[in-house]
Amino acid sequence: MNQVKCDCGHVNPHGTILCEACGKIIEDGTQITAEPVIDMRYEGSARRSQTYNKSMIDKVWNFFSSVKVGVWLIIVTLIASSLGTILPQEMYIPTIMPVAEYYEDQYGWFGRLYYDLGFHNLYSSWWYLLLIAAIGVSLVICSLDRVVPLYRALKKQRVIRHESFLQRQRIYGITTGSVSDQSYELVKEQLKKKRYNIREDNGNVLAEKGRFSRWGPYVNHVGLIIFLIGSMLRFVPGMYIDEILWVREGETKVIPETDGQYYLKNVDFKLEVYDKETDNEAFGDALDNAGMVAKNYQSDVILYKTKGNTVAGDEPELEEVESSSIRVNQPLKFEKFALYQVNYKLDELFKMSFLLTNKSTGETFGDITINLNDPEKLYELDNDYSVELMSYFPDFEFGEDGNPTTKSRVPNNPAFVFKMYSPEKPEGEVSFVAIQQTIEPLGDNEYKMAFNGIETKDVTGLTVRKDLTLWIIGFGGLIFMIGVVQGAYWNHRRIWIQRKGDEVWVAAHTNKNWFGLKKEIQLVLAGTEIKEPMDQMKENQVDEGEKD
Amino acid sequence: MITLSENLLYIAFILYLLSIPFFGGAIKQKRNLDHQQNSSKWSTIGIVISILGFAAQLGFFFTRWSIAGHAPVSNLFEFTTFFGMCLVGAFIIIYFIYKTPLLGLFTMPIALLVIAFASMFPTDISPLIPALQSDWLHIHVTTVALGEAILAVSFGAALIYLVKVIDQTKNSKSTTWLEVVMYGLIATLGFVIVVSAFSFADYKAEFNWVDKNDNEAKVEYHLPALVGPNQGELLTDGKMEPLVSVPGIINAKKLNTVIWSFGAGILLYGLLRLVLRKRIGAALKPFTKNINLDLVDEISYRSVLIGFPVFTLGGLIFAMIWAQIAWTRFWGWDPKEVWALITWLFYAAFLHLRLSKGWHGEKSAWLAVIGFIIIMFNLVAVNLVIAGLHSYAGS
Repeated sequence: MNQVKCDCGHVNPHGTILCEACGKIIEDGTQITAEPVIDMRYEGSARRSQTYNKSMIDKVWNFFSSVKVGVWLIIVTLIASSLGTILPQEMYIPTIMPVAEYYEDQYGWFGRLYYDLGFHNLYSSWWYLLLIAAIGVSLVICSLDRVVPLYRALKKQRVIRHESFLQRQRIYGITTGSVSDQSYELVKEQLKKKRYNIREDNGNVLAEKGRFSRWGPYVNHVGLIIFLIGSMLRFVPGMYIDEILWVREGETKVIPETDGQYYLKNVDFKLEVYDKETDNEAFGDALDNAGMVAKNYQSDVILYKTKGNTVAGDEPELEEVESSSIRVNQPLKFEKFALYQVNYKLDELFKMSFLLTNKSTGETFGDITINLNDPEKLYELDNDYSVELMSYFPDFEFGEDGNPTTKSRVPNNPAFVFKMYSPEKPEGEVSFVAIQQTIEPLGDNEYKMAFNGIETKDVTGLTVRKDLTLWIIGFGGLIFMIGVVQGAYWNHRRIWIQRKGDEVWVAAHTNKNWFGLKKEIQLVLAGTEIKEPMDQMKENQVDEGEKD
Repeated sequence: MITLSENLLYIAFILYLLSIPFFGGAIKQKRNLDHQQNSSKWSTIGIVISILGFAAQLGFFFTRWSIAGHAPVSNLFEFTTFFGMCLVGAFIIIYFIYKTPLLGLFTMPIALLVIAFASMFPTDISPLIPALQSDWLHIHVTTVALGEAILAVSFGAALIYLVKVIDQTKNSKSTTWLEVVMYGLIATLGFVIVVSAFSFADYKAEFNWVDKNDNEAKVEYHLPALVGPNQGELLTDGKMEPLVSVPGIINAKKLNTVIWSFGAGILLYGLLRLVLRKRIGAALKPFTKNINLDLVDEISYRSVLIGFPVFTLGGLIFAMIWAQIAWTRFWGWDPKEVWALITWLFYAAFLHLRLSKGWHGEKSAWLAVIGFIIIMFNLVAVNLVIAGLHSYAGS
C-alpha cells in the first residue's frame, strides 16, 4: 500500500482525497479540483470502497458499502412489507378450515393467488428474511467503510488548513485591513460562550463543537445490528418459549417447559363487562352504541413449585409460591417466565349427572355424576344396581366409518356408552347416550339413563412465555435511540479563523442546519472588525451533508 | 363538564381558523426578504391566536381526560384530534425557531382539516377494553402522535417549497402531481362537508342485506346510497335507492362514503378552478414570493430530523414494550405495526437519500409529501379498511 505524503508533511493513507491534516487536495483527487465548493463528506478521507475494486471481496464490499444499495434494500423491504397487509396473515385467520381453502373462500381468486405466492406467511418467508439479512450486512459494511477513515481524518486535523481548503468551504470570507488583538480575544470569548472547543496555532483558530454527533449514525447502526442479532437468537433452543396453557377452574396443571417444576391452579376466572349503572356515567352513550364492552379478564391463580425430587408418575408435592391475579396487561412473572391472560372459555361442561330410571314405571334407582374430564369406569348404586361406562366420547361426532368418535379431549359434546346392571338384567343393558339423543343398539331396554343436570366451569387460556432475547433486543433499541438522537439533535460545526498576512480568513462547515451556523457566526463576530463570511452556495444548491 | 370540554374544542377550532388570515396578512405585509427579523404585527397576532387555540385544545384534552379517567387517545376521534393538536404545537415551536408566518398559512389549514376529519367519527367517551388499560396507552399514543405531527410539519414546509419552486407557466408532471396533492386535501374537506351536511339533516336509510357468508344483516347509511350493499333492500321510506350494488365481500357503506368524498372533492376542486381560473398551486404561488427556498428546505429537513427519533421512540420502541406486556410479544406483524415499520423505513430512506445522495430541495420535498401520505394511510386506511388489533371503532 503506497501512502501519500502531502506538502504539509502529513502522510495520508492511499485513496485520500483531502489531506487529513491540512485539507489540501491530494493530487489523485483531480476530479474535484474544479468544483467551487469541495465535497466535505467523510472529510475526503480514504474509504476502502472508493479505493479498491479488484478482488471478489472488494466487489462485495463495494456493493454493500454503497448507500444507494442500502436505500434500495430499504425501499424493497418497505414495499414487500406493505404487501403482507393486503390480506390478513395466516396467524390472524380463524382455524375453521384449511388455510388454502380459507383464503379462496373469503377472498376468491385473489385470495388463492395470495396464498399461492406465499404472502399469507410473508414475514417469515425466505426472501423476506434474506432482505432483512441484506440490510444487516449493508449496515455493517457501510458503517465500517466510513467510520474508520472519518475518525482518522477528524483526529488528525490541524488548526492551520491549506488555502484551497478554506477557499472551498461553503461559508468563507476574507477581511482585509487590520484586526485588533482585542477583536481576536472577543471572538474567542464569544466562541467559548457558544460552547466551542478552541484550538490555537500561531494565532490561528479552529473552533469546533458537536463532533460526537458525527458518530450518531454509526452508533445507531450498531444498535440496529444488536437488535437484529437479538431477533435471530430466538431460534436458539431454550431462548424462546411460546406455549398455551388451558386451566379449568379448580384444576391444577403443570406449566409446560418448566421441567415439571411449576404448577398453576386456576382458582377462579372472571369476565367483567362495563355497566352503565355502576361505571363512569360518561361511558353511557358509548355503551349504548357498542352494547357489551369487556372491562376485565382475570384469572385468580396460585403458583406452586414442586418440593424435592419427584419420581415420574408420582404425585408431586407442591409448595405455594404465590397467589396472584393474572389480567390483560398484568402478566404473572416467575423466574424467566411470564403467564399472560390471552383467552378464556366460559361455562365449559364439567360434570354431568344421570338417573338410572325404569322406562315403564319411571322409578329411579340413584344417580351418577360423571366428571367429564376424569370419568370413572364403574358407578356403584344401592341394591345391586350399577352402571358401567363402556365408552366415553368427550367431543362426540360420527366418524367417516359411521362409528362414534371424538374430535378432541375437550368435553364440548359428550357422549357415553353405558352398561346398566340391575337385578332383572344382571348381564346388563347397553345404551348410547349423547345430548338430546339416545340409541339402544341391542334392542329395547328396560332401563335408561335419564339426564339429570350439568355443572359447568370457566376455563382460562394463558400464554406461557419465556423470552431470553428481550434484554439484547432492548439493549439494541436503546443504543439505536442514543445514536439517532446523537446524530439528529446535535450538529458538528467548525469555524476556522486564520491570519494570512494582513488578511483574516474565516471559513466554516457544519454537517447540517446551515442557517443555525450562519446565525451563530453572526453573533460570534459581532462587535469585531472581522467581516461575516459569505455563503458560496446559491439558492437551491443547499447543504451537502454527510453521514448515512 | 362534557359540554365544557366539547366547547373548548370548538373554540380551539375557531381560533385556529381565525389565525390563518393573519398569517396570510403577515406575508402580504412583508417587504424585506430577511426572514429572521421584524416579525410583523400580523404574524404576532396570528401566533398569539394559534397559541390561544392550542391552550383551548389542551383544555379540551385535559377536561376530557378527567371525565373519562383515561387520556383521550383511545379512539379514532380522540387520537386524530390529538394529532391535530400536536401539529399545531409543533408549528408553534418551529415558528419561534424560524419566525415564518408562511408555515402557519400552510400548517394551520392542515391541522384544521385533521381536526374536522376527526370529528366525523363517533365522539362518545368510550370505556377502555382490557388491552388498553395501561399507562403505556398514554405514553405510546401521545409519543406517536407527537412524532407524526413533527413529521407532518415537514409536509407543510415541503408543500411551500413545491408551490414556490414548481414552474406554473407550463404544464408538467410536477404541476399535475401538486394538483393531485391539493385535490387530496380538498377531498378531505369534501368528506367533512358531505358527512356534516347529511348528519345535520339527520339522514338515515336502513337496508337489509346479505353478507359474504350468506347471512342476512342490517346496515344504516348516513349518506344517500350511491352504492348499495349486496342484495340490499331499502327499509326506510322516501330515501334514495342505490344506483348500483356491490358483492358482499366489499363494505358498501364505506365505499359509498369514499365515493361521496371524492365526488364532493371533484366538485369543490372544479369550483375553485373556475373561480381562480388557474391551478390551485398557481393561485397559492404569490404567497410564497418572499420566502427563502433554502429556509423552507431546512425547516422540512429539520422537522424530519427532529420527528424521526420521536416517532421511533413512540411508534416502535414504546409500542414494542407495550405489545410485550399486553399481547405477550413485542412484534406480531399486525397491519398497524407493519405500517409503523413502513413509515420508519421510509423516513430512514429519506434521511439516507438526503445525506449521501444529495437529494435536497424539490426531490426532498416530494419525499416529505409521500411520507405524510404514508402517515395518513396508517391513520385512516389501516384503521378503517385493514382490520387488525388496532382497529378502533370507525363509522
